Amino acid sequence: MAKLRVGVVSPEREIWTGEADMVIAKTVDGEIGIMPNHAPVLGVLVEGGVLRVKRGDEGDLVAAVHGGFISVANNDVSILAEAAELGSEVDVARAKDALQRAQASIEADQEDTEARLKAKRAAARLRAAGEEV
Amino acid sequence: MGAQLRQLRRRIRSVKSTAKITRAQELIASSRIVKAQQRMQAAVPYEREITHAVSAVLSNTTNVDHPLTVAKEQPTSAGVLIVTSDRGFAGGYNANILREAEALKGHLVGRGLTVKPYVVGRKGLTWHRFRSREMFGEWDGFSDNPSYANAKEIADALIEAFKAEDGIDEIHVVYTGFVSMLTQNVVVKRILPLEVEEAETAPEGIPPYYEFEPTAGEVLDSLLPRYIESRIYNALLQSAASEHAARRRAMKSATDNANELIRVFTQQMNQARQAEITQEISEIVGGANALADAAAGKE
Repeated sequence: MAKLRVGVVSPEREIWTGEADMVIAKTVDGEIGIMPNHAPVLGVLVEGGVLRVKRGDEGDLVAAVHGGFISVANNDVSILAEAAELGSEVDVARAKDALQRAQASIEADQEDTEARLKAKRAAARLRAAGEEV
Repeated sequence: MGAQLRQLRRRIRSVKSTAKITRAQELIASSRIVKAQQRMQAAVPYEREITHAVSAVLSNTTNVDHPLTVAKEQPTSAGVLIVTSDRGFAGGYNANILREAEALKGHLVGRGLTVKPYVVGRKGLTWHRFRSREMFGEWDGFSDNPSYANAKEIADALIEAFKAEDGIDEIHVVYTGFVSMLTQNVVVKRILPLEVEEAETAPEGIPPYYEFEPTAGEVLDSLLPRYIESRIYNALLQSAASEHAARRRAMKSATDNANELIRVFTQQMNQARQAEITQEISEIVGGANALADAAAGKE
């Protein structure tokens, strides 16, 4: 079966490239699963989503993706993230800490949108690292 | 010791310490060029993909009517983003940028537009302040090592001004493009209203028909600002690399000059010393002869 060529890029660096059997991402319309020979798609990703790349025997690649786009054409999948982090690179202790601080400031001020964003991002990072949130 | 000799020694000492400084600056700049180039390289995949995505949307939607792509019929003002460096010691780097910016300004004024400068880098800021020109955006502190957050900040301000009623109708950017270690050119570009730059290798055949999530319009809404950010980030990165390259070159010629000066001064100093010794000897010999003559006269 054909494989997907996947590239995860952020403005500052290329985060990961390789081949995969399936890519699951979360767009603003909901989760989208891409398998080989998928029709061309261009979607807007949600803030603080988790990207899952299924690679068969090698296991899944999980990454926290903060905003950006997914574009699919001719079995090329590009994830353009404003910021992204591989699950294996996440510093769990720091992410937990960030989540707690963000939640504390949300409790103090319900209108604090910046803290909400931070909490979302921290949660995504923890989920990407395989932690329960 | 003669006055001339002392003066030459002092000058040699001062030129030597200047040479040490410029040499150190040169080495620092050359190590930073490599890093700046790597950062430029690292940003290439994202730029390529986002350009690809924007052209995909634009080729799929027949009548694009996004505020960022539509030129106003009667433009009245233009924003000019000028990317300079924070520090000097970079030869003509900043002078070139500012000269081009002035030329662009003349051109825009000729078209009947008022020009609103947006300035990056301390050198550009002081240049504008000294001439008491009003600036509509000021950023500094990151010219040698810009991050994407910096580019985002600038892009946000520009896009906001562009969308505002009494804001700006066009945005131009003046920066230094990094061609190679030895060549950097000042680049003047219009970034808004948007003209998508095609990737260098044109996509072959008909572009695929895309589906959009949620809709083409909304994708474009969030895609275009990112594209502009990426263009500005690219301009900042190229400017940073060019700044280091310009500084390395300027510091190299300064070091060479200093070494040449030291050589000339050392020669002059040796000559002066030789002349002094010769004079001393001839004085002694003259004195001795006079004494001998006087003694001979007495006898």
